[in-house]
Amino acid sequence: MRSTFIRTLAEAAAADPRVTLVVGDLGFGVVVDFARRFPEQFLNAGVAEQNMTGIAAGMALAGKVVFTYSIANFPVIRCLEQIRNDVCYHKANVVVVAVGGGYSYGSLGMTHHATEDLALMRALPEMTVLAPGDPVETAAATKAVAAGIGPVYLRLGRDKEPIVHQQPISWSIGKALTVREGNDLTLISTGAMLATAVAVAEMLAERGIHARVLSMHTLKPLDVDAVLAAARETGKIVTIEEHSIIGGLGGGVAEVLCEAGLPNVRFHRIGLPLQFIKAVGDQEYLRKLLGLDPTSIMEQLRIFFPGLPWV
Amino acid sequence: MTSPDRNAELRELARQIRLHSVRMTHRAKSSHVGGSLSMAEILAVLYRRVLRVSPETVEDPDRDRLVLSKGHACAGLYAILAECGFFPMDWLESFYLNGGKLAGHATCNGVPGVEVSTGSLGHGLPIACGLALAGKRDRRPYRVFAILSDGECDEGSNWEAILFAPQHQLDNLVVIVDYNKIQSLGTVKEVLDLEPFAAKWQSFRWAVREVDGHDVEALHQALASVPFEAGRPSCVIAHTVKGKGVSFMEDKLLWHYRTPQGEEYDQAMAELEAQA
Repeated sequence: MRSTFIRTLAEAAAADPRVTLVVGDLGFGVVVDFARRFPEQFLNAGVAEQNMTGIAAGMALAGKVVFTYSIANFPVIRCLEQIRNDVCYHKANVVVVAVGGGYSYGSLGMTHHATEDLALMRALPEMTVLAPGDPVETAAATKAVAAGIGPVYLRLGRDKEPIVHQQPISWSIGKALTVREGNDLTLISTGAMLATAVAVAEMLAERGIHARVLSMHTLKPLDVDAVLAAARETGKIVTIEEHSIIGGLGGGVAEVLCEAGLPNVRFHRIGLPLQFIKAVGDQEYLRKLLGLDPTSIMEQLRIFFPGLPWV
Repeated sequence: MTSPDRNAELRELARQIRLHSVRMTHRAKSSHVGGSLSMAEILAVLYRRVLRVSPETVEDPDRDRLVLSKGHACAGLYAILAECGFFPMDWLESFYLNGGKLAGHATCNGVPGVEVSTGSLGHGLPIACGLALAGKRDRRPYRVFAILSDGECDEGSNWEAILFAPQHQLDNLVVIVDYNKIQSLGTVKEVLDLEPFAAKWQSFRWAVREVDGHDVEALHQALASVPFEAGRPSCVIAHTVKGKGVSFMEDKLLWHYRTPQGEEYDQAMAELEAQA
């Protein structure tokens, strides 16, 4: 996702001199070409995320569309108050980009696990929260926000996410993508869990169970219509996210479903437990450990929905 | 060089800022009057002699920007903006009060002339750096001034910005520190001593001048000659007195918090009136 992001950003920067990339001394091998091509639209603020975010707000108030870029929690939690006060309150055209959502940098340990970011960003007024599902969605999202739409949080994976969308997509902020049709249940994923959700749907299909898969790339504003349609038409909803079980996709969908009060809707959240993960391992290893791989999710679905035709 | 008459005008404006600040915090029963009184001359000199901004040019992309990073001292800022006609004088009457336009920390929301909303310390200078850098890159002539408190120089984010500005040769950036030597729970010396303060800025590659922050002539001379060095950001360390202008508030920690009421209010106003 990050190479798609930077490639798309370069296209935007070439077309619009307002587009500026500000990094926190990270992005070796990723941002070098951008920096060389657009020296007046690039800034390395140093290892200083609070200042980086304040600078971004200031540049945005002077007319620029500024992307701050760093790894995992550094551009988000380290400078949360700058994001709230300087960016969001001023409705500044700043896109906070975190590369390494979830366990993308799993082996680097707890400090590099971005697992509460969506909850924090969702709670901020004026903030649009995006977590594209694959590189194709990443390109669409980057292009959309480079126009300058106010404060945005853009959660990316890393560099290994597979392309899920083999056909051109019609992507817009706040509109979930239906990646797969089905009426037996709905799997809603956000961010890079999309490939996993599709894999689960394929395993279900082998058993004759037809799952709808929604890529909820926009966490805020959430696509309420898509959630409610799925609830009405499939009656069973499961959210899948590489994020804390609290406050992210599952939390957002729960808010919508509870307030809608639809009868006969079953709802379950699959996400990360409220604990620091002390095990050492890469993304695939940690996902498996925490039940976020397709096989583990299948087992959970069996428990959630024993009435489905599992054999 | 400013003539004596013109300095008298600046001193009178500073006195008006003080009168407004005491009146506003009295009506609002609010805190932070001391930090408004200490920067009255700084504001008067900036708005009457230095800043290239007026009510007619608040949206002009080439206007000078002032960022009040010590947002708690907003009574003083609102007062000078009203005095300069950025918004109606009667807005001051509802400062801090239910349904008013002016919040208890500097807000730019619907308030012409306030560039940036502040209130949490250590935010203003990074934003000022961003404004200054954008101005450089876009080859715009504006300057960016940021007023910092001494207490907020405890914030690490300021030192990130203090490192940053010389690296990028932001000589369109001017910091003015209202060095009144008193912060929230004690004197600066007791809490986190900043000394040697000027030497710190110098060692971070800023061009620094120290002035008496109540001497309008000295302030004007310093602020009219920025940048002090081409290619470097400028820092004016303004030595001031917290609560300046009201005898019993001067240099008193209490007046970071206390709101002027009753006899204290009457005496404060009488003292300021007598300074005309």
